[in-house]
Amino acid sequence: MATSTRQSCLKYLLHLAQDNLDFRLPEIKALLALRGKPFHSSGNFIEKCPFWCMDGLSEEDVRGVMARSVCAKSAFELWGHGQTHSELKTSLLKYPTENMSPFMHKDSTYRINVYTFNKTLEFEDRIKRIDAMDYLPFEGAVNLKSPQHIFCLLEDYGTDPNDIPEHPNYIYFGRWIADGQRELIRSHSVKNRHFIGNTSMDAGLSFIMANHAKVNKNDLVFDPFVGTGSLLVACSHFRAYVCGTDIDYNTIHGRGRSSRKNKTWRGPDENIRANLRQYGTEDMYIDVMVSDASKHVWREAALFDAIITDPPYGIRESTRRTGSHKDITKPQDAIYEDSHVPVSQAYHLSDIFTDLLNFSAHHLVLGGRLVYWLPVYRPEYCVEMVPLNPCLRIISNCEQTLSSHTSRRLITMEKIKNPEELDSLAYLADPRFSPYQGHNAFREKYFSGVNKRCGKEDNKSAVNGE
Amino acid sequence: MKLLTHNMLTSHVKGVTKGYPLLIKATEVKVNEVDFNPQFVSRMIPKLEWSALVQAADELGQRQDLPGELVPEYENNEEFLKKVHRVLLEVEVIEGCLRCPESGREFPISRGIPNMLLNEDEV
Repeated sequence: MATSTRQSCLKYLLHLAQDNLDFRLPEIKALLALRGKPFHSSGNFIEKCPFWCMDGLSEEDVRGVMARSVCAKSAFELWGHGQTHSELKTSLLKYPTENMSPFMHKDSTYRINVYTFNKTLEFEDRIKRIDAMDYLPFEGAVNLKSPQHIFCLLEDYGTDPNDIPEHPNYIYFGRWIADGQRELIRSHSVKNRHFIGNTSMDAGLSFIMANHAKVNKNDLVFDPFVGTGSLLVACSHFRAYVCGTDIDYNTIHGRGRSSRKNKTWRGPDENIRANLRQYGTEDMYIDVMVSDASKHVWREAALFDAIITDPPYGIRESTRRTGSHKDITKPQDAIYEDSHVPVSQAYHLSDIFTDLLNFSAHHLVLGGRLVYWLPVYRPEYCVEMVPLNPCLRIISNCEQTLSSHTSRRLITMEKIKNPEELDSLAYLADPRFSPYQGHNAFREKYFSGVNKRCGKEDNKSAVNGE
Repeated sequence: MKLLTHNMLTSHVKGVTKGYPLLIKATEVKVNEVDFNPQFVSRMIPKLEWSALVQAADELGQRQDLPGELVPEYENNEEFLKKVHRVLLEVEVIEGCLRCPESGREFPISRGIPNMLLNEDEV
């Protein structure tokens, strides 16, 4: 094979974490889209499998994706693969020598790792696997501590822990390129975060949302239901400037009761800005405000590169907006001088989504993305229930199961055109909103299901991922 | 509240047709140092209402020598971008209020955070 075709025939192997399965492909696709590259799988692509082969990419593309991905663990330049070790050998011996030699020459140092998925190998077996690779022309010296090049033999024993085959289903060998950002899940865990609330989004999902939203360096990102700012933390880590609003005065000001066990009141300086400071991204902080997401406080312009949010759906946080009921009682006495809390009224879920999509259609830049969670009563869910807007195209729709009968879906939409006058009325004729009509429509179903299984521990805590 | 935010905010008081820009009445203003990022400032400039920014900086006594008109080819004018950076991201209103230019309704700012909620009888 000619050297000139080297780039085009290179394949890359991604090793993915085996959780949040639904979220992985949209994440990788979004990160590739950030680099203007399409996702091309090569060979037999199985989305639920921990290993994916991709082609049509450069090493820089792969490094770029891995610098952002929280779904991918590692990436390799794929040198050979097969269903058996002899197939692997045949495949490796076909791999162009000129592609191998820069990493195997006399003055280089290297190490070979053996990784098995769904099976643990004894130490001796690992050594045997490495020794069996002696048909490869390694000329450098082995260096276990700090080698220049790391190679990896990966064996896939399927995904069923109760049915582990004797021999691997598939084997890969390649040169390690980069690791993903799984470490962020630990380093940004809400357990160690300065300021949290009852429904703070877990770190892994926050980063996944930022990735689905194609949040990029120097973007301006907005969260209209900002809460304690978990999504802003994730976006600011990717060097986007962030702002948010919430109707809850106490949350925005970091006042009131603490969400932590063994702690009654929030301390001074428990707020979103302090959270960003904790992770070294305070420079990315623009502002947060006390504001009602159903009211238009933003000037009419395409201001935001991404809108990313977790709207309240009435389980752990109430859905409300300012407004009057028929008989207004005297407004609550102000605790702080500017903290008059207006009477709020029910905010129907269908209206939350209509407003959110409409807001995004007006305030996203063209090509900008909206990423939000849609609660779903599983027995009734069908794809037609996902709200639409003529200016927004659905990019992905991923399910996170919460219990046997409920889940939430992470919806990603991209703005494809600017709104015209007629567009704002389009939703009125749309039957999609019916499942979310009526205040607490989802809440009632959520708890009706729980009551049926009374006594059983429900999965409520997963709503918050804490 | 930074002036970038102020530049994007408008009054949403019922019946108001000219609610932009909101007037700023500040009792405490702070200038916090923020890393200068010319790419971000250049990206934000086309989204700004320039005259509103100049007016806001004036109201706070923080205009310094920010020009009244946007300069051409600002992308490569680091000196200009630094001035914009300062008023957009470093100047912060800590205490005061935002006033709707038409209705006179005031939205308080406390500890740097504007409260844009309207009362139940106003929506």
